[in-house]
Amino acid sequence: MKRDKIKNIWKEIKKNRESYFLILPYFVLFFIFVVIPVLFGAILSFTNYNIIQAPKFIGWSNYRRLFLEDDIFLIAFQNTFKFALITGPISYFACLFFAWLINELSPKIRAIATLLYYAPALSSSIFFIWTYIFSGDVYGLLNGILMNLGIIKEPIYWLQDPNINLYVLMLIQLWMSLGTSFLAFIAGFQTIDRSLYEAGAIDGIRNRWQELWYITLPSMKPQLIFGAIMQVTASFAVADISATLIGFPSPLYSAHTIVLHMWDYGSIRYEMGYASAIAVILFLITVTINQGVRRILRSD
Amino acid sequence: MKEKINRSIWGNLIVSFVLIVVAIFMALPLVYSIMNAFKPLDELFLFPPRLFVRKPTFKNFSDLFYLMSTSFVPFSRYIFNSIFISFFGTLGHVLIASMAAYPLAKHRFPGSKILFNLVIFSLMFSGYVTNIPRFIIMSKLHLLDSYLSLILPYIGATLGLFLMKQFMEQIPDSYIESARIDGANEFKIWWYVIMPNVKPAWLTLILFSFREIWNDTYTPALYIHNEALKPFSLALTYIQQGGFVRAGAGAAAAVLMLIPSILIFLITQSNVMETMKSAGIKG
Repeated sequence: MKRDKIKNIWKEIKKNRESYFLILPYFVLFFIFVVIPVLFGAILSFTNYNIIQAPKFIGWSNYRRLFLEDDIFLIAFQNTFKFALITGPISYFACLFFAWLINELSPKIRAIATLLYYAPALSSSIFFIWTYIFSGDVYGLLNGILMNLGIIKEPIYWLQDPNINLYVLMLIQLWMSLGTSFLAFIAGFQTIDRSLYEAGAIDGIRNRWQELWYITLPSMKPQLIFGAIMQVTASFAVADISATLIGFPSPLYSAHTIVLHMWDYGSIRYEMGYASAIAVILFLITVTINQGVRRILRSD
Repeated sequence: MKEKINRSIWGNLIVSFVLIVVAIFMALPLVYSIMNAFKPLDELFLFPPRLFVRKPTFKNFSDLFYLMSTSFVPFSRYIFNSIFISFFGTLGHVLIASMAAYPLAKHRFPGSKILFNLVIFSLMFSGYVTNIPRFIIMSKLHLLDSYLSLILPYIGATLGLFLMKQFMEQIPDSYIESARIDGANEFKIWWYVIMPNVKPAWLTLILFSFREIWNDTYTPALYIHNEALKPFSLALTYIQQGGFVRAGAGAAAAVLMLIPSILIFLITQSNVMETMKSAGIKG
């Protein structure tokens, strides 16, 4: 019985060998650079490994150290959550809101508006321009303008002040965050059957808000789920902008994030096991939240 | 004007106002960096700082070229590296990801569902999570300090395969059937039937993949130590950190960095929208 089943599967595999040939190159790379690293990282997180000597199994102690002894990790953890919980939802709804508004424009203006809104995400490597805008001396554009207007007398240390720099980062992250999900939403709005709106108007839908809530959003659920996954993933992975704009490490670790903490132990201290444990935590957080968000959006 | 049944004039005014204000917020830093690239030194450090340039000059660009030609690795080399890895990374990704997307979209074979679910699952965590083991794997494969270390991971990237597969599902099965009846094998069907029909999707992949590789500073900083193999994006961050004297050259470099991505988006825009229509995840 079992043998027959195996035989059948083997037959199926043989029948589909052309399919396997086609997917082979991609999945070899996908496994080497995505799947295996995840599994390998999970294993490494239970070891002590400095690349030169062989890894040594040490059980849960990396994790124990992370949560019980590493105060800086806890700061990074808090900062990351604060960051994600604020920028994640805001940028998600901003993507949705602006996609919705842009969708109502005439095609030509829509194209220009899409470019303008998407440009920051498109050119993500030049976000350091914000250092000039938020520069803490009088040559900073924002300080200059505010002082000129007489709103402030002394320059504000936007990026160095531990009390505000995380919020400045959030603003910059929001600037860059109308990315892939934004495009997916614009496209999603365009797929909706126009006749639904006419039917809705007959059924008593009065304004654009009701239209959005009762007709538009339910019809583009798949795009909403896709967008949510992209946003959650991005908002927990903040690192580059903090290191570039505020410096690494940031003053009093005020803008330290989980990825930066991992980077610190992985690329600077070469404590690969410990850094892997940090990576595993980040992995568990994003996947859990993504699954949760997916479940919420899927249900009615 | 059937679509406008439910629109009030006030609503339109408010909406336009919001759109314009946010558009200014989005555009301002970009405008500012473009302006800075054309500012002479005295305007760059003017107090109070000014957004717009008064006496535009190309000196920053010539400074940049001078600065980079006197540096250890010539400027042209960074540009070449960036173009090289962006080109082959993108080309490889478009070809290999779409080759894999076709069977996933149109065939049913043992494992196909699991593989695609793995791809969706990997959209749920950022690439940073895999960095450390990936670095170790790279070094074991002796790929550190080579172009391949910058190209191969992008070819196996997940978003592109996902978008491609979703888009291919819309192609009518009858196209494939009739090609099969004409005696084409699956490889031929992919190349002659599927690929011409998914042009919007691969143009989108070109944009996304190029954008990713062109702007990436993190991966090259990790894998590349040989100065001669570093991409422009990384060189840019060094000029950036160079401080006062180099502020002008840095602004000029930023503009050079910006142009290709924007151009590619302008060329592909309508196709990108076409592709993203199918980008949803059902449940």
